[in-house]
Amino acid sequence: MSDADHQPSRTRVPMPIAALSDPHMSDAARHPKRAEGVIAIVLFASMVLFAIAGAAYWQNWSPWVFGGALGGGMFALGFGLTAWGKYLMPQGPFVEERHTLAGTDEERDALSAALYERTTVVVKRRKLLGGMFAGGAGLFGIVALFPLIRSLGPLPKNELDVSNWKAGTVLVDSNGRPIRRETLQAGGIMTVYPRNQKIVKDGEVTFTQQGLATDQTVLIRLSDGPLPQPTMPGREGWAPDGYVAYSKVCTHLGCPVGLYERELEVLVCPCHQSMFNVRDGAVPQFGPAPRPLPQLPLGYNDQGYLIATAPYDQALGPAFFERTT
Amino acid sequence: MSDTANRTKRSTRQAMGPFGPVSKVVDELDERFGVAKGGRVLLDKIFPDHWSFMLGEIALYSFVVLIATGIFLSLFFVPSASDVIYHGAYAPLRGQHVSEAYQSTVNISFSVRGGLLIRQMHHWAADIFVGSIIVHMARIFFTGAFRKPRELNWTIGIFMLVLAVLEGFIGYSLPDDLISGTGLRIGYSIAESQPFIGSYMVSFLWGGQFPGDGSIIPRFFIIHVLIIPLALLGLITVHLMLLVRQKHTQFAGEGRTEHNVVGSPMFPSFAAKTTGFLFMIAGATALLGAFAQINPIWQFGSYYDPSKISYAVQPDWYMGMLDGALRIMPSWEFAGWGHTVPLEVFLPAVVFPTLLIGFWLLYPSLERRITGDYEMHNLLDRPRDRPKRTAAGVAMFSFMFTLFAASSTDVLANFFHVSLNATLWFFRIAIFVVPIVAALVTYQICLEMQGVHGIGKRKRAVIVSRSAQGEYSTVPSAPRPDDERVEIDPEPVPVRIDIEPLENDGERQPETSPTGVRQVTR
Repeated sequence: MSDADHQPSRTRVPMPIAALSDPHMSDAARHPKRAEGVIAIVLFASMVLFAIAGAAYWQNWSPWVFGGALGGGMFALGFGLTAWGKYLMPQGPFVEERHTLAGTDEERDALSAALYERTTVVVKRRKLLGGMFAGGAGLFGIVALFPLIRSLGPLPKNELDVSNWKAGTVLVDSNGRPIRRETLQAGGIMTVYPRNQKIVKDGEVTFTQQGLATDQTVLIRLSDGPLPQPTMPGREGWAPDGYVAYSKVCTHLGCPVGLYERELEVLVCPCHQSMFNVRDGAVPQFGPAPRPLPQLPLGYNDQGYLIATAPYDQALGPAFFERTT
Repeated sequence: MSDTANRTKRSTRQAMGPFGPVSKVVDELDERFGVAKGGRVLLDKIFPDHWSFMLGEIALYSFVVLIATGIFLSLFFVPSASDVIYHGAYAPLRGQHVSEAYQSTVNISFSVRGGLLIRQMHHWAADIFVGSIIVHMARIFFTGAFRKPRELNWTIGIFMLVLAVLEGFIGYSLPDDLISGTGLRIGYSIAESQPFIGSYMVSFLWGGQFPGDGSIIPRFFIIHVLIIPLALLGLITVHLMLLVRQKHTQFAGEGRTEHNVVGSPMFPSFAAKTTGFLFMIAGATALLGAFAQINPIWQFGSYYDPSKISYAVQPDWYMGMLDGALRIMPSWEFAGWGHTVPLEVFLPAVVFPTLLIGFWLLYPSLERRITGDYEMHNLLDRPRDRPKRTAAGVAMFSFMFTLFAASSTDVLANFFHVSLNATLWFFRIAIFVVPIVAALVTYQICLEMQGVHGIGKRKRAVIVSRSAQGEYSTVPSAPRPDDERVEIDPEPVPVRIDIEPLENDGERQPETSPTGVRQVTR
């Protein structure tokens, strides 16, 4: 038997037809013919624009032609459809009753009673089983978290407290060249790294990501001769020939302290404008940074290269809970 | 066409009845799924009309644009922090160390046809998404739409806002350019600032001390393309299901009560308008993507070297509030008992946002407690009729805006030629003063608006005339044509919208009731 044999499956229920004379069914537009014309033009424009977009893609014209035509086409299509819906479709106003979502008191109590009774049966009569199930589910929850959290990465240990700067580490520039006494003029500035952290690849010197992120140190030559007084009491001899070195990692949020105002001898962090005077131990003069930039004590080795005479005396960068100093 | 074929066609059509093949489809579907009753109710579902009800639609449709453009981008983006030497189409970068993530993003912009447009559309849509959520929630707040029975939808909305901001930040970090890398560094330090868990959290998430072992990019990628979008999709589904079940709110007006909904029907009027709106939003996003450059990462360079930084670094606008809070916070750090708590970071960047979100979540119950109003509300408030709530909302917004402005202290100081110090102290004081002043002014404006006759209606010109005796008199001019239109009483949707009989191969179907009379039975 074919589908067609089934066609008159039932007698259709006659339905009355709404009258277009009813103001609820009439168009919102004051001049429906004019509105129809305008909408037709807008929809036609979308066709033209989509065609242009297609051609622009095909011919690889500038991206803005493709995007402009595509966007214009979508906007025109949407505008036409919206205007059609707003001006030439029944707007009513129609009303719909808002039925109460809540059930009757009896229905609610019937549910409450069932929930109460049945949970009582489960939990109160079989306390041992309930406790055992809760214990099993709880332990499962905790154990399931282990791999999710602990597998992600290593424990921090003391990694945040140490850097690759040791006593005797040679300062090198971004190309791996060591620094001599005459490398910088007074007022000069450069970023330096510990030499033992370099990687040579394809004859090119780069640094480990750790070296770049944590060990980055800013080297400034304040004067040709020795400083008239140390940057801080107790830091005598840390600045040979006017060279001072500070950690470049801001103590606020860890941005590189990349701006140097030579006139004021101030290092500025571009992120939140903390300012550190390099002649006065980089104590923050302004901004949200809470601590001075740690200073690296400098000296020379036998070959005349600038070295760190000691590691940094504290953890570098922003604070964390385990930080002790 | 032969005569037989014609007759068969005609007889088939006649057998189908007055509604043509439509009724056959309905019959088949109803027998299997029972669509007739619910389908009819759905077609007649009433959507109240007001421009402010479209704000949520903007959020929804920009999410659609985000999904569509995001799928395209994920076909080309390589979520890897591995170091490569760039050899692409953009000459100034050639030979430089970049990450694969950065290289693939530059390639999407220059080597994939249409890629730059889609990438810029994605970024614009993200900004529009967050913005429209905030404006939509402002509408909900000021009109009291969060009141019983809709508290849960308010809560869901706040969670979606938080997810949207997080999603935006993570997506912004993925290209691994110099600016977003710096943002990621700040995000790391903020997470690190938390007492007890901070250093563990960052070490696990990044796979070691910053910048970690390169895990962060693939991890952020899967969070960005799967986990948060899935969560958002689930929340949007619940949001819309609740909206359908509880029906829309509406403003008071002709024939509108707490117990009905007045507006236009779901099909065809609302369906046409809202589908058109989807295309308009997608079109506007594409126009922005075509003509307004956003996030040109090839100009910033790669974040291969974390000791590099750019000046006037600004995150996307929705992170501005957090940045402003970080800037104006005094540098208080607690150190003692062998531990350090960086309050200058932990308070503005962790505690403050948590408290703010908590306050928003609690607001509906707070207001219930204060006003003692535990009733159901389906009619919306005019903001001026609730001066205290409106003042509180304006205080909150001006507070947030002041923080947002504070994220540009350096730019403002440069622009107005004032010292950075003065700018900073201005914001430290303004953050307390501005919300209070704004609230007081708003409260007063609300009270005065309540007292004005004919508020909200268009003003009519007043004709001043002088009599021969020199007497002046005023007469209001004739009302504008638009004002004169009387709103017709709302009625239930008629049983069937008029359709012409199928072609002209039969008489118009006999009607059981005279034209214009409708039977409304559901």
